[in-house]
Order: sequence, then structure tokens, then C-alpha cells
Amino acid sequence: MPSVEILSRVQFAFTIAFHYIYPPLSIGLGVCLVIMEGLYLKTGSAIYQEITRFWIRIFALIFGIGVATGIVMEFEFGTNWATYSHYVGDIFGSALAAEGIFAFALESGFLGVLLFGWNRVSKGVHFFATIMVALGSIFSALWIVIANSWQQTPTGYRIEGEGMQARAVVTNFWEMVFNPSSIDRFSHVIIGSFLAGSFLVMSVAAWYILHRQFTKHAQAMFRVGLRVAVVAALLQLFTGHRSAHYVSKYQPAKLAAMEGHFDSLAVADMYLLGWVDQEKQQTSGIKIPGGLSFLTHGSFKTPVQGLRATPEADRPTAVNFVFQTYHIMVGIGMFLIALTLLAAFLLWKKKLFDQRWLMMIFVGAVLLPQIANQVGWYTAEVGRQPWVVYGLLRTSDALSKTVTANQVMFSLVLFTLVYVLLFMLFLFLLHRKIQHGPDVTQNEEEVSDLYSKRNINPIH
Amino acid sequence: MATFLSLDLATWWFLVIGGLITGYGVLDGFDLGAGALHLFFNKEESRRTALNAIGPVWDGNEVWLVIAGGALFAGFPLVYGVILSTFYIPFMLFLVALIFRAISIEFRSKEPMRWWRKLWDISYMASSTFITLLLGLILGNLIQGLPFNEKHEFTGTLLTFFNPYAILIAVTTLSLFMMHGAIYLTMKTENRLYAKLTVLVNNCSKFFILCFIMTSMATLIYIPHMTQEFKRYPVLFALPLAAVLTVLNLKRNIDSRKYFTAFVFSSITTAILLILFAIGLFPNIIISSTNPAWNISIYQAAASETSLRIMLIIAAIGTPLVLAYTLFVFWTFRGKVKLNEMSY
Repeated sequence: MPSVEILSRVQFAFTIAFHYIYPPLSIGLGVCLVIMEGLYLKTGSAIYQEITRFWIRIFALIFGIGVATGIVMEFEFGTNWATYSHYVGDIFGSALAAEGIFAFALESGFLGVLLFGWNRVSKGVHFFATIMVALGSIFSALWIVIANSWQQTPTGYRIEGEGMQARAVVTNFWEMVFNPSSIDRFSHVIIGSFLAGSFLVMSVAAWYILHRQFTKHAQAMFRVGLRVAVVAALLQLFTGHRSAHYVSKYQPAKLAAMEGHFDSLAVADMYLLGWVDQEKQQTSGIKIPGGLSFLTHGSFKTPVQGLRATPEADRPTAVNFVFQTYHIMVGIGMFLIALTLLAAFLLWKKKLFDQRWLMMIFVGAVLLPQIANQVGWYTAEVGRQPWVVYGLLRTSDALSKTVTANQVMFSLVLFTLVYVLLFMLFLFLLHRKIQHGPDVTQNEEEVSDLYSKRNINPIH
Repeated sequence: MATFLSLDLATWWFLVIGGLITGYGVLDGFDLGAGALHLFFNKEESRRTALNAIGPVWDGNEVWLVIAGGALFAGFPLVYGVILSTFYIPFMLFLVALIFRAISIEFRSKEPMRWWRKLWDISYMASSTFITLLLGLILGNLIQGLPFNEKHEFTGTLLTFFNPYAILIAVTTLSLFMMHGAIYLTMKTENRLYAKLTVLVNNCSKFFILCFIMTSMATLIYIPHMTQEFKRYPVLFALPLAAVLTVLNLKRNIDSRKYFTAFVFSSITTAILLILFAIGLFPNIIISSTNPAWNISIYQAAASETSLRIMLIIAAIGTPLVLAYTLFVFWTFRGKVKLNEMSY
């Protein structure tokens, strides 16, 4: 039987990775919903109302699973990581409580209005509820990323007590909230979420366009998704750079692992593709010589601190894993910029919806932001090891003392079974909803036009 | 420790968390109870009506649990870790049941197949019942105290939790929530379902009163530390008296079919029972049955003063907001349930 530490880490990684499929989708969809419903209020077009209703139904499905799997995360800190809970309660606890009171209450309260309120409240109040739900999901990400960022770059605290009784105590709340990495990491996570949501909208729209179903609706959806995606993809380049910058400053060992840079102090290369041989402590692949030096210091000649500068016990061991996940994320990010710019250009030329090959790419592209979000998170968390709170508390010291390997094995098996079932149900229901499509109340005029090669603007 | 309005911050947090747990009990209590009664309704339309009666509010109700959990984490981090890791298996089952309940409500009416709906109906009832029983079981063990050593480490096993008193509390919790849920449903339904519910409410209230009497007796006889504070401050005896009067009023209102008033009284009952529990515990949060010296008091468990003060400000800003949304949503969806195309 593996140790309690390994089992608890696997369970946490599994439950958080599964959970992390859903909130980014909710956040991104929330923004798309606000735009769709805003356009409905502005134009009064039935198409916008129908696509808003359609996406609200999908939003509810995603949101429901996000909440259910999120509660697991909250309580897992106490069940599996009791020492950690005691150590960071002052900080992590307050962020979590703030998340509950400011974010969850907002989104869950107004979700009821969003779903069931169409006939009970005015259009304006319904739109307000949509904005509140979208804002709630963003606030939720804000607080949880603040808490996680404090684990990466702790500030505004002091340590009280010793040994197993030690704990971090807040000395300055705002320093704790605005720790050096929270803004960069929050913006990076949020924009990644906008990409996840907008690509889901575009994927479904592209599928309808390819199948010549709900074409007017699909084109309207696609435009909304593309607007969000093109802005987000470009912004992500900026926030990504900012995030790498904080890592270079505060977590040099993580940065070194991201580029497989071992020498204690040398000019560092940047890889486009590569492989880390951890035994020989060597990295090979296609590289830009001095690239990492340039990115961190603005000069190709300045040395960068490598992994060997950090004692072996204090640096990440899964170097190749961090290297690969980081490079997959960057690669996908670059591809998404190219893809969205191309689509925006074709939309401007009014040729977008005729490009069947591009629509096929968009159907599948829904997976790309998901993968990028996941591997980006792995980079951040695995790169932080062996620390759970960077430089302060080791992951191996953070466990619950009374929990046994048998108990964790039991819960791990239980969660695996339940989550596999949940994921299959999710795909099944999502598929059914997409098949069903928006409820079209008006007769689609000029149906023949929809089949023509000519691109017509369906709305006005 | 610093004080605010002549109460120290740790006591304030004890009150805040108690308030949040009470809010959770009153709010999620009725939708859990409605879930536990779900299979008593036979017709498809009745089941959909019952489900849509809680439809727009259950998720918001559950948020009180999330906030209470966060507040316990923030206010008393030591206790958060001790309680959750001690009740490891019960909490894991609780979380899985919460997932099943959420997806049962969400997924049930998404497909028309009879087997599909029946499956989720059973899952909805089973998970609601199971969650309520687990909450009661955990509460019962916390009232009674558990074997903890001087390092606050639990020395019992899974079987330790299944003792007669804790099981009695679990059943009492179920009876309370079922009655509370049945009363809520009577306010939201009409015609035949309403007629059926009036009978159900009556039976549930009898079941609850029986459990209430048994729990009161068992607590008086077997749990001496719960009554110590009352002996010290006899004025506190007003509370158990109030509890009895509330329950009597509750029954009277049910008999005369004043369900809104009955709902208010069943909410007050939930609150008073939790307040009695809080008074019995104070100033401890965790009772060690091995040695009273190893209890964990709120002062040992409290987070730093800075943190408690900041969190109190957050709570002061946040609580009115949460209450405002809650009232807004309940007001929006007031009145009897009408099914339409957006319903569950």
C-alpha cells in the first residue's frame, strides 16, 4: 500500500484536476452569457434571447458539477491536510470564507433567478442576475487564486509556535491579499477561463454550422465567442509573461525546472520542444540560445539561477514533468492566438463560416484551452514542490496525523468511481443538450439562404 | 484577547459560526427534508412540483454550509483539521452524497425516460436522507464527546461513531428536517398534492415530537456536561422551556393548517436546539471523553487576533449581502409552484 502522503497527494491532484474542468468553463460562459443577453436587450432580437436561454441551460449543468466537486475541495483541506489547515488557517481560511460569503452566495443566489426567473422578473432584473452570476464566479476565482498565490509567494505573515504547533499568522491583511504573485496569477487564470468558455461556445456553434442546423443562431454564438476569445488569447500572452516574471523573481527553482536549466549560474536557453534527462541532469531539444536569460533579464548574456543552486531536498524532483507541462501550455497558447486571429480576419472578410476545415478545427479546439489550463496548473503546483507553502511548510509535513492509508485508499477509490460516472453523465447530457439545440420560437426565414455559399449576416 | 462590545473575539467567532450553522440547518434543512420525503409522492407531476419547490433555492441554501466550513477553517483552524480528519470516512461519504444529491436534482428532469427519472428520484431521496443522518450522527458524537488524547488525536475507530446516543440524534435530525421540509412543501403546493402533504406533515410532526422527547430525556440522563452550564446559570432554563413552547405551538399551527406560522416555528425549533447545544459546549468546541482536560476550547483553537478581527469585518459586510440575496430570491419565487418549460 502506498504511503498516506502519496495517496493524499494523488487524491488531491485528482479531485482538483477534475474540479478544474468546470469553474473555468463557468467563468468563460458567464462572460459570453452577459454579452449574449446584453445584445438581446440592445437589439431585441429573438435569436439572442434563444441562444442566451440555450447557453444558460448548459451553464447550469456545468455550474452544478462545479459546485458539487468544489465542496469536496474545501473539506479535503481538513480531512487530509489537517496540519496544513492549522498552519495556514489564518490565511487560507479567511480567503476561503471570503470566497463563500462574497462569491458563492452571489452566484448561487442569482443562479435561481437566471434559470427559473424568465417569467417572474423583468428583462432588466434578469440581465442583472446574469451579471451577478458572472461576477460571482470571477470573485470566487479571485479569492481562491489569492489563497493559492499566498502558498507560492507568502507575505504579510509571521510564524508563531514551533515544530508541529507552528502556524502562520496574518500581520498585514492587504499584504497577504496582494502578495507578489496574486494579481499576475489571477489574471492568467481568469483569461484562461475566458478562453475555455468562449471555445466551448465556438465549438458548439461550429458543429451546428457544419451540420447546417440552427445556422443563424450558431453564427450569432460564434461571433460572441470569437470576440471574447480573440481578446483573451492576446491578453494571455501578456499575463503569461507577467506570471513567468514573478516565477523568475520569487521561485527560481520552479523557473529552472520549467526550462530544464540545471547549471547553478549560467546563461539559460529557451526551448521550443525538448526532453529533460533527469539522471544526467541534461536537457536537449530545439532551443533559442540564451532565450530564458533574455526573457528574465532582457539580455542574452546574463546568467540565470539553475536547479543546482537550490539544495536537492528543496527543489522539485519531477523536472521533466514540469518542463513538458509548461511547454504544452505555451505551445497551445501560441496556437490559439494564431487560430483566433485567423478566424477574426476571415470574419471581417465575411468568409469565415464557409471555411469548413476551419469549423472542423474549432469543433475540436474546445479541448485546447482545457488542456492548457490543466497543464498550466500542474506546472504551478508540481513546480512548487516539495513545499506546500513555498519555503515554509513541506508537503510531507502537512498531512492529517490520524488518517491512515486504508482510509485514504477507500476515499480515493470512491472518488474515482463517482467522478468517472459523473464525467460520463456530464458528456451524455451535454451531448443531448447540444443535439436538442436552442428552442427556436420563430420560423427561420429564408431557410434556403442558410444553405447558400454566400455569407449573410443573420442579424440585421 | 481583544474584545468587541464586551465579548472577546473568540466568543464572537463562536457565535458567528453558530449562526451560520443555524442558517444552514434552517435553510438546507427544509430542502433536505423535502428530499427525504420525495418517494412519498407517487405521480410524476407531484414529484416535479416537489422538486421545483426547492429548485431555485436549494443551491443557495447549500452555500451556507460552504460559508460555515470556511468560517470554521478561518476562525478555529485547529478544530477544522481535528473534526474533519477525525470523521474522515463519514465526511467522505457526506461529500459523495452531496454530489449525488446535486446531480439528482439537476439531471432528473433532463431526460423523459421513466427508468431515468425513477433512478434519480431514488438517488435524490437516498442522498438527502443519508446526508441528514450523517450530519446528525456527527452532531451527536460532538455533543457526547469522543476519545481524544492530549495531542487532540482521535483514538477511536469508525465503530466509535455508531453509539446509541449519536444514532438517536441522527434520527431526531431526520425527523426534524422531514417535518420542516413537509411544512415548506405545503406552502408551495396546491390541490391533491397539498391534501396529501397535510396528512404527511401531521405524521412527520408526531414522529418529531416523539424523537424530541426521547432526545431530551437521553441528554438529561446520559450527557451531564451538556446540562452543567444550566445548573450554574438557572436563567438559561428559559431556553429549554422556550423549546417546549415552540414545539407545542408548532403542533397547534400544523393542526389549524397555518403552515407559514408553522414553518417559522419549525425554524425556531431548529435554532433553539442548536443554541442549546452551543451553550452546553461553550467555551469548548471539542469534548474529549477520555479526559476533560484535553477538551479543545475556543481560545486554544482560535486564529490570530488580526485574522479574527478582519474576518469579523468581512462577516459584517458579507452577512447583510447574503441575507439580502436570500430574501430577494425567496421573494421572487414566493407563492405556489407553477411548472413551465424551464422547470426541472
